[in-house]
Amino acid sequence: MADEPQQPKQPKKIVPKKYPMPEQDPMERIKNFNEVPIGQEAQTAILEAQRCLQCKRGPNRKVCTDGCPVEIDIPVFIKQVQEGNFEEAIRIIRQKQNLPAVCGRVCPYENQCEGLCVVGKKNEPVGIGRLERFLADWERREMKKGKIDVPPPTGKKVAVVGAGPAGLTVAGDLAKLGHKVTVFEALQYCGGVLVYGIPEFRLPKEIVHAEVDYIRRMGVDIKNDYVVGKLDTVDELMQNFDAVFVATGAGLPDWTNLKGENLNGILSANEFLTRVNLMKAFKFPEYDTPIRAGERVVTIGGGNVAMDCARTSLRLGCKESVILYRRSDAELPARREEVHHAQQEGVRFELLAAPVEFIGDDCGNVKQVRAIRMQLGEPDASGRRRPVKILGSEFLIDAQTVLIAIGQSPNPLVPMTTPDLKTTKEGTIAVDEEGRTSKKAVWAGGDIASGAATVILAMGDGKKAAKSMHKYLTQDQSWPAPEVFEKLSCEM
Amino acid sequence: MILKSEYGRRFPSEKSALNNRNPSNLIYKLGNAAPTGITASFHALWVGLLAEGRMRAKMYEIVKAEKLTPDVIKLEIKAPHIAKKAKAGQFIMVTPTEHGERVPLTMADFSPEKGTITIAALEIGKTTKELGTLKAGDNVFSLVGPLGLPTHLHKFGNVVSIGGGIGLALMYPVVRAFRQAGNHTVNIIGAKNEKLLIYEDEIKTVSDEFFVCTDDGSKGHHGFVSDVLKKMIAENKKIDLVYAVGPIIMMKVIANITKPHNIKTIVSLNPIMVDGTGMCGSCRVIISGETKFGCVDGPEFDGHAVDFDNLTSRNRRYMPEEAVSLKKWQGAK
Repeated sequence: MADEPQQPKQPKKIVPKKYPMPEQDPMERIKNFNEVPIGQEAQTAILEAQRCLQCKRGPNRKVCTDGCPVEIDIPVFIKQVQEGNFEEAIRIIRQKQNLPAVCGRVCPYENQCEGLCVVGKKNEPVGIGRLERFLADWERREMKKGKIDVPPPTGKKVAVVGAGPAGLTVAGDLAKLGHKVTVFEALQYCGGVLVYGIPEFRLPKEIVHAEVDYIRRMGVDIKNDYVVGKLDTVDELMQNFDAVFVATGAGLPDWTNLKGENLNGILSANEFLTRVNLMKAFKFPEYDTPIRAGERVVTIGGGNVAMDCARTSLRLGCKESVILYRRSDAELPARREEVHHAQQEGVRFELLAAPVEFIGDDCGNVKQVRAIRMQLGEPDASGRRRPVKILGSEFLIDAQTVLIAIGQSPNPLVPMTTPDLKTTKEGTIAVDEEGRTSKKAVWAGGDIASGAATVILAMGDGKKAAKSMHKYLTQDQSWPAPEVFEKLSCEM
Repeated sequence: MILKSEYGRRFPSEKSALNNRNPSNLIYKLGNAAPTGITASFHALWVGLLAEGRMRAKMYEIVKAEKLTPDVIKLEIKAPHIAKKAKAGQFIMVTPTEHGERVPLTMADFSPEKGTITIAALEIGKTTKELGTLKAGDNVFSLVGPLGLPTHLHKFGNVVSIGGGIGLALMYPVVRAFRQAGNHTVNIIGAKNEKLLIYEDEIKTVSDEFFVCTDDGSKGHHGFVSDVLKKMIAENKKIDLVYAVGPIIMMKVIANITKPHNIKTIVSLNPIMVDGTGMCGSCRVIISGETKFGCVDGPEFDGHAVDFDNLTSRNRRYMPEEAVSLKKWQGAK
């Protein structure tokens, strides 16, 4: 970077706002599952890139790159976009990022790269996320899909358990270093939460498949329909592999444990989204898996998953989609953009309200949710103000479908079948800062190690672990003492 | 040629990918040959060609297909990795085609030597009827297993196992395992009529005592399997464990019979599942008032603790859609 000629200083008038991203009209898009943002044209992308000041990191100045969990050289790729060198730009992204088309869509960039953008101090930040998306889409359309060159084989074999964001990142990074990677995935398609969780209108599955294909073309072997723990255990894998990365995610749905929760029509967000996304129930009966929304769908929860549920329900034809969240608008854990999209589409937000009981009809189907109004009290351990029930404020909402989107817990299968893998109270696998576990030559990352987080943080975990695994495979086989993990498993 | 036309297309639509179903299937078949060694470059080529479509290289070949009754299909499928690990009482999830539903099915047998597993299905809905049309040499799109906890095996003593209808397919490997564990196996099997009895000979070979019941009296005892159990209890026969697998109503009746006598009773449940690996909770069942997942905590549970009425109701959730799906498929045929 230092070798590059300095941009001649010129008094530059900054375009204050991002160039608009064309979107499907809200009233139109709730009738289909097509992607909401349509994507930018090349000319718009170049103009957007030209809003970038190409600032350099200073001792007291953080820049975009500092906010990126996978450390993409953002100003460097943007410079290439400014000049229209899309091929070079995407090559620079690909050095650090294995799933650019995915992250260009689902990353919370407003809190990461764009949050640190210098332009963003007085204006709207440079649309880094949409540039990443543009380049990845451009690459998928325009570039040949041949084999991807990787260095000569190192002779080391790595097993990755779970083909979600963390697992695919490790697979891609280690393949780039010449290691032979085999990925074991339980479902019929790869992508983990990207294929079963995030809806088609936010992340078309065709894009995930293409990204997975890119990783396959680097020589990574992917075995679908393979449930590690039921087929080979981690211990058995270790007989054939030099290192194992466990990234089995937070697949276990949390429940409210309220009365009536097992009524028909009450689904976990996971079941609802898996039916619709992985199994394509929105195309029933063209696809065989059924789904039913009914007149009104009530979604319990306020995170990104809850927004996905509420917006998916609209597209399945419900008349009203209601979000029931126990805190206020300010505490909604979902990304602002998701909340905004849900509001645009007509999702009704019933804030400061929590369910008390689910009421069924004579046939065992849910018909109503009894809920109670809440007010915010003192801040709790999470720093958010604790919701407190307002006595006597109970009310009823009719619902044919209720979706429970209050969180997920770590998938217990691998910890259960790997006795010497230390876990925390929450059931996550205890890992050190490099992603190493209490079991030598086994790393873990993503939601199985961190609890339920975001796609990009899982990828950041994968990145760190891949670095550590490469070091272990090529130089230094030392491992932290068992006490380190004793401590980690108690602390968390 | 179709693959070529997919190349470089701007945003190839989902629909066009679907229309290319048949040519891609051809590629999947090519993909069945393990892509190692000198075929590796060819592998890279077709993997590249798969890019726009479904990211799948594997399918599972049916080595033998047989009708056990006009409505029960038995399929022996090549799956050495599953056969090696399978244990009695476990199940698999099968997705017949790319558009198909993931359905849990009983593993009626598994052979590590042959590298195959055998499944049996009652052709009742679209998916199972579609399975019923498969022949040796055909493939299923996805096959996952072995799932669920295996049957708890122990030398209990006198084990009375009771099976009805399609449940007999699962009953066979379970009673075989009970016997191998040193139990005295008393097996009661039943069906509507003689023609619908399946796995009769197989179960007989692993029985110390064997009883057949038919609802219409065409073979064995004229009546229900529960009648035979009641008689045994009335005669004070020593029973250390009852194992029941079959229609929900049959398992409920059996559990109600054994409960007053405190006879430990295990039932194998068949709730609706989606992933079958503990992710979704579609299969939740109520056991002693507590919510459990049929797929990972089961499929076997204490029969005295199961809320059978809830299970019955939950299993009827998608009946209208199931009818639509079946009608469409039959219309298309």
